[in-house]
This record gives sequence, C-alpha cells and structure tokens, in this order.
Amino acid sequence: MAEPVITSPHAESKRPFLTEQRRSRITAYTFISPFFILFSIFGLYPIFFTFYLSFFKWDALNPMKFVGFKNYDLVTSDPTFWISFSNTLIMGLMGTVPQVMLALLLAVLLHSGMTKFKKTFRILYFMPNITSIVAVTLVFSTLFGNNGMINWMLNGLGLESVAFNSGWWGVKIAISTMVMWRWTGYNAIIFLSGLQSIPMDLYESARIDGANRRQQLFAITLPLLKPFIIFVSLQSTIGALQLFTEPYVFLGQAGTGSTRQEGITMVTYLYSEAFRNGFFGTAAATAVMLFLVTILFSILNMLISRGTGGDTGGKKA
Amino acid sequence: MSTLRMFRKKPDDLGFFGKLGFYFLLILGALVSVFPFYWMFVVGTNDKGAVFHVPPLLTVGDQFFDNFKRVLEKADFFQALGNSLFVSSMVTVSVVFFCTLAGYAFAKYEFPFKNALFVFVIATLIVPQQLGVLPTYVIMAKLHWIDSYKALIVPAMVNAFGIFWMRQYIASAVPTELIEAGRIDGGGHFRIFWNIAVPVITPAMATLGILNFMTVWNDFFWPLVVLKNKEHYTIQIALQQLFTTRDGLDYGMIMSATFTATLPLLIVFLLFSRWVIAGLTSGAIKS
Repeated sequence: MAEPVITSPHAESKRPFLTEQRRSRITAYTFISPFFILFSIFGLYPIFFTFYLSFFKWDALNPMKFVGFKNYDLVTSDPTFWISFSNTLIMGLMGTVPQVMLALLLAVLLHSGMTKFKKTFRILYFMPNITSIVAVTLVFSTLFGNNGMINWMLNGLGLESVAFNSGWWGVKIAISTMVMWRWTGYNAIIFLSGLQSIPMDLYESARIDGANRRQQLFAITLPLLKPFIIFVSLQSTIGALQLFTEPYVFLGQAGTGSTRQEGITMVTYLYSEAFRNGFFGTAAATAVMLFLVTILFSILNMLISRGTGGDTGGKKA
Repeated sequence: MSTLRMFRKKPDDLGFFGKLGFYFLLILGALVSVFPFYWMFVVGTNDKGAVFHVPPLLTVGDQFFDNFKRVLEKADFFQALGNSLFVSSMVTVSVVFFCTLAGYAFAKYEFPFKNALFVFVIATLIVPQQLGVLPTYVIMAKLHWIDSYKALIVPAMVNAFGIFWMRQYIASAVPTELIEAGRIDGGGHFRIFWNIAVPVITPAMATLGILNFMTVWNDFFWPLVVLKNKEHYTIQIALQQLFTTRDGLDYGMIMSATFTATLPLLIVFLLFSRWVIAGLTSGAIKS
C-alpha cells in the first residue's frame, strides 16, 4: 500500500515545517477524526461512566450518592432480575441453536450445484432481515394469537392450543420464533458465502480418494467453514443477550408494561429500572452484569466453536 | 462455469425423490420467509375480525383504506413517517460522507498507528450499544437534546462498520497511481478525494447509504428512550403505540399501518438486493 505522496520535490536548502509527509499525515488524521471524536463522547465515555455509576445511588436528577456494592446486592437479591436472566438465556438458546443449524442446512442446499434460481432464493431468504423488529413482532403477534393461525395449525394436527401470549413457555416460543424468522436467512447467506469460498478442487480430489458425501462434509466443509460458524454464532449470541424489542412490543399490548415475567429480559429489566423507576444506579449495575455475561458467553462460544470440527486430517490434496 | 459444476456433481446425484425433498425444503424455507409479508397485507386489507377467522383467511380484501383511516385517527402516521425519513436521511448523508473519508484515509494514506487505530475501529463493533445507554441518556439531558432529533442523529453520524466497509472497497477499487497523478497535477488532499476517489467508489457509497438508512429506519430502542413527545415519534415508535392502545386490538388497522411502513424498505431492498446482501454479509468475510 503505497503512500500517495511522492517525496517532495522541494529540494531547496530551507525545509518548511509543513513537509509534504507531515501535511499528508495531518490530512489522514483529520479524515479519521470524526469517528474518534464521536466515539469518545458517545461510546467510550459512557462505557466507563456506566461502571462508575454502578457504585452510586442516583435518580438522574439529585446529586449522586456513593453506595459501594449496594446496587449489585439490590439487583442480585431481586427475584425479577434472576427471572430476566434465565429468560434471556432460555430464549437465547431457543432462538440461536436451531437457527444456526437451520441456516447451515439451508446454505448447504442453496450451495448445491443442482439448485436453480439461486439468486431468487437468496433474495427471498434475506427479506425477513430488512423488516423492522417492531413490524415482525406485530405480524407474529397475530399469528400467535389465541385464535391465531399457529394454534389453528396445532389444532389441525390434533394438538392443543398454546397460550402464546401468556404462557411461560408459550411466550418464549413465540419470541424465539420471531428472532429465528428474522435471522435464519441472513445467517444462511453468510454460510453460503463461506461455502462458496471453499475451492471446488478440494472436493474433487477427495472424491478421487473415494470420500463419500458425509466424509466430505466432515473433513472439508465443516472445518473450512469454521470461521463463518464462529462469526455467526458469536453474533447470534451477543444479539440474543441484548434481546429487547420483541418482548417489549409483544408483551406491551396488555397495557401492563413489558415487564411481565414470562418474557422479561435483562435489557428490559435495565430499561424499566432506569426509565420507569428512575433507579440509574441499579440499572447501571445491571448493564455491567450484562456486559460480563456477554464477555463470558463470547469466550464460551469461541471455545466450543474451536473444539468442534477440529479434525482437519485429510486436508492433503 | 456453473454448468461445469453441475456436471461435476453428477456422480452423487440424489435421484428423483432426493431431488423432490431437496426442493421441498428450499421452497418451504422461501414460503416461510415471504408469508408474513403477504399476511400483513391480507390482514391489513380485510375487516377487523378477519385476523382470527377460522380457517385463516388468505385472500386480499378491499378494506385497506377503511383500516388506514383508523390509523390516521389514532396516530400522526404521516408525521411519524416524515420524522423517520428526516432522521434516516440526515444520518445516512453524514455516515456516507464521514465513513468514506475515514475509509479513504485508512486505505490510501500512511500514518503512525494506522493499523492499531484500524483494529480499534473494528473492535468497537463488538461493544453492545446498551452498555452505554444510561450515560448517553444523561449526556443528552445535559445538552437538552432529549426529545430532539439531535439525540438520534449526532451519535450515529459515523460508524465503525461504514469505515471498515469503505476501506475494504477503496483499497481495491481506487488505483494509487490515480491519486499520485492527482498530486503531481497539484491537487489538494480533499480535492483529490472528492474529484478522483469519490466518482470511482459511488457503488460502495450507495450500498452503505442503503444499509444505513434501513438500520436507522428500523431502530427502536434508542428512539424509545429519547423521544417523549408524540409529534416527534419515529415510525417504529408510532407503530408500537398503535399496538399498545387499549380498547381491543384492531389488527386490520395495525397491519395496514405496518404494511405501509414496511413497503418503502421492501421496494428499496428488491431494487438493490444484490448490493444490500453483499453489504450486510461483508462483516463475515473479515472474521
């Protein structure tokens, strides 16, 4: 990557302070500065301030009062927090694991040589992702209504109706479905671009060596797809921990607010602590814990993804 | 090339039933992806009770304008649409400009700490937005920006993804010789950027613009926190408010609004789908 500036032709004895090189550096710093300025104010500073705030009692109006770890005590002794915590994990698992597997399956199907209309399928699979979460939630709340289409289908299959908007599991199934609907196609397209990056001649030589489809899948496809699998599952995990809009909108309909226990998530808890109850300290403590959980799960995710498909034997062409 | 690939695959052909199952799954997936859009329209064009009709009603009705009239009684729908259009456009213009500028600097300039700074930019992508939401809210309160569009626009004016995206594109699409030639002709740095680089990279700028517009248009959490007054609601908040209104959920009304709010993005997506998909999946390539 060469520098656009050629060593200056100012070969005079007197060197000006602003050499061409200096000038070009200053220009570059100026060009990138807006990001760093905005990020310091609205990204970096708030993060540090959140940690600081978590040790104070504050309602955003009156002076802050130092309380040590009391906010953490308050939050961790609040049963609602733990419900929000377990809800977030349960819905995260329910929404993420099947989603990634389904996306992988769809990608393999799409990648297959015999698929026609590939471009059309790609567009159709991607459509859910451009919809706003609010719209997704509203549409699915009709499908998941007590007399909605999903229950009609269940009845048709001889099963009982499920209370998707009030049952403990019903709410979680409904919300996970919304998440899955919006993201499965997106992830499938990412996996597809991963599959397309695997050179065809690897399969060719494997086939000459007598490897069948299954062996090819485990020896070539999955190991080479690993970076994409890590990316997708990491992104889905982080997204799942931040789940907010779906439960907030879906459960807000009853007018009881969105803190109903069937679907309250950690971010919903944080939101209502701060913006409903005015407890900025405990909300900040919640944010910090959410952050720690996010890091923990990201690491866990990396470890698990690294562990699977580690056998790269048979890579030799 | 694709015929060649198909020919190569022949040895493991799945047979008729295999093929049938294969297409069945693919088409089922496509139907599931598309159906909710159609359903939105079905409910939005039929009368109030249609949504829970047994068996489900699957045909488009003629009640759309009646339904939509009730939307206008309950919410400033077009005001909200206009607000969203304004905020999204402002953010998009700014994001495209500043991200292109920064991406250009990272792609075509040499300066101390360049790589470290770029890695830092990428690293900020992982930080969850909610972590800083409380102090950001406090900053907005101090600036008296609560309930103003500035709170939505200013923090979003430049972002890490855009810088990453533009850098990747500029590095390969803008020949360094072209820039050097500009230097020899005595052009200033910004002039070269504007007259030589920008014309070459408009496709990437357009993609970034579309992606960003969609993100801002769809955002819910931050507008919910910051906006207080009904007149300032963005379209997503206005939609959510329709859903919260008591006196029985009028789904025909709600879906006619949802459909109207989704349609513009759907059209943009279908027109530019190739670009949008390339942009949205590009994050994975890096990892």
